[in-house]
Amino acid sequence: MWDYTDKVREHFLNPKNVGEVENPDGIGEVGSIACGDALKLTFRLGKDKKIAEARFKTFGCASAIASSSVLTEMIIGKTLEEVEKISNDDIAMALGGLPKEKIHCSVMGQEALEKAIAYYKGEPEKILEGEIICHCFNVTDVDIRRAVQEKGLTSLEDVTGYLKAGGGCGNCHEEILQIIQKSQGMTILEPKKPAAGMTNLQKIRKIEETLESEIKPALIRDGGNIELVDVDGNRVLVRLQGACATCSRSRITLKDHVEARLRTLVAHDLVVEEA
Amino acid sequence: MTPVYLDNNATTKVATEVMEAMLPYFTELYGNPSSMHTFGGQVAASVQTARQEVASLLGAASTDEILFTSCGTESDATAVHAALRAFPDKKHLITSTVEHPAIKALFEKLGKEGYRITTIPVDSQGRLNMELLTQSLDEETAIVSIMWANNETGTLFPVEKIGRLCREKGILFHTDAVQAVGKIPMDLKNMPIDMLSLSGHKLHAPKGVGALFIRKGTPFSPYIVGGHQEHGRRAGTENVASIIGLGRACRLAEEKMGEENTRVRAMRDRLEKELLRHIPKCFINGDPDARLPNTCSISFEYIEGEAILLMMNQHGICASSGSACTSGSLEPSHVLRAMGVPHTAAHGTIRFSLSIYNTEAEIDTVIEQLPPIVARLREMSPFWSEA
Repeated sequence: MWDYTDKVREHFLNPKNVGEVENPDGIGEVGSIACGDALKLTFRLGKDKKIAEARFKTFGCASAIASSSVLTEMIIGKTLEEVEKISNDDIAMALGGLPKEKIHCSVMGQEALEKAIAYYKGEPEKILEGEIICHCFNVTDVDIRRAVQEKGLTSLEDVTGYLKAGGGCGNCHEEILQIIQKSQGMTILEPKKPAAGMTNLQKIRKIEETLESEIKPALIRDGGNIELVDVDGNRVLVRLQGACATCSRSRITLKDHVEARLRTLVAHDLVVEEA
Repeated sequence: MTPVYLDNNATTKVATEVMEAMLPYFTELYGNPSSMHTFGGQVAASVQTARQEVASLLGAASTDEILFTSCGTESDATAVHAALRAFPDKKHLITSTVEHPAIKALFEKLGKEGYRITTIPVDSQGRLNMELLTQSLDEETAIVSIMWANNETGTLFPVEKIGRLCREKGILFHTDAVQAVGKIPMDLKNMPIDMLSLSGHKLHAPKGVGALFIRKGTPFSPYIVGGHQEHGRRAGTENVASIIGLGRACRLAEEKMGEENTRVRAMRDRLEKELLRHIPKCFINGDPDARLPNTCSISFEYIEGEAILLMMNQHGICASSGSACTSGSLEPSHVLRAMGVPHTAAHGTIRFSLSIYNTEAEIDTVIEQLPPIVARLREMSPFWSEA
């Protein structure tokens, strides 16, 4: 069991400000169901331009719920200029600390807050900078380098605890370690030679096999299905069927389930699109 | 608040009878079984009795087929390495996608060392793809290692059928039966299984003791070398008190097998039925027909497992999310992923595993406390309103 502080337990068991603000001025949504945690933060400004109401909805563990709850308490009554300065460290500190494996929960709070403020200001959504290193959790080399340098992370475990990067299939561990070593000015280990590439036919067969054995059973169980239409380079064109075809969450199914599984089991650069 | 312990696939309490049987071996019966004097002799005889009790539970033909080890993991490693040394020219190994980390990590390591590993997938109910297994057996295959019962879902694999297929091709078959031993009847003298692993702490013996069944005639070389203990098959002074405990636990399990398969199964079934009745959007993982009598893996959609566990813990209910060995991972368990359980549910999966020491009143507590916990967490979940 995790070693949570009394404050984390209190906010988890008796969370404050659960729900959604009606007609919010700011909306920030981060995370996904595939990643294991997600947060929707909403706030409304009062006439004095201070946050009058803030609410959250969180899918996640005790520290994710506690981080969301304490964040709403921290921002209510403050101006946007004041809350813009709130960092994940402030959130973790307000909880009396988090286990290092759970720091990413506080990072999720900070990111949701940034997004909610950007929404209020009408700023466009940030585009991911750099190359995606961890495909399970969509984390780029730029994110990892920044976290390593700014937060003084020195190990793979630190990076996973902070950004979740490397916490899934593990295929990116070597690349993460190289970024850490480079940031520390260490000699870079020779990169592993890439595995011998598959021919197009092998890749298509592997995609078909994976769809049949790993992906279809779950979709069929939910009343849906999927059909492979074409493979064009790294683009996998599919057609959702049954309940999946009309589901409002079909994009999540495509990206967080189908694409993630194919990237893990076939090739890391596949992009799944609806035909 | 009296805790309700429903995490018996992680570990079990040491039975009172087991502890009482062990106690003299810490005090007056402290001899080394290898010693040639009275102190050693009486202990050696007791170790042999324990071996007989283990053999009896497994339905083994001879006590010589039982090797005491320190745990299930050591038994697994001993079996696999014995096969590799017996067939140094064979470089192909077969296992399943849902093995316990004791086998999964071992095979991954062997894969990096140059062995060709075939991992047989399972379907959405956790059932092994037997067609693929049959096709995968070849002349290069040194060993097939497939678990008897899955630790997370309780799904039982057709080990007799797998063993027959292996025997036809002259391939060794090992099964990690850590979760199955003591819960379902076994008759190894009439089954085509070459090696079988078990662990004491899963059947009310202490932690730190296990056993490996090695059928007579199976090629074997020791994993741990040194002294001549265990007929030269495992060096190291025997963990005598724990071995005595394991023997007594096996005898108890044999006596209580009927209760495990009737009363425990009925409690488990009632728990499942009532949870499904009171909680929307949840489902049971595993084979509905071939499943351990004590295990219930249930997925609650749109909420996360750790949060459920901690809230249950507030009410004294102790269970597990996925596998205890994989808690701390950010991903859903490899077993649920292999079964294709959707992300909407895999993160919110809880495993309840019962034992003969659980009561109907404890099951009532879970049925009463869990639905409001799930409802409360769903109220907080951004995905629930859209579900």
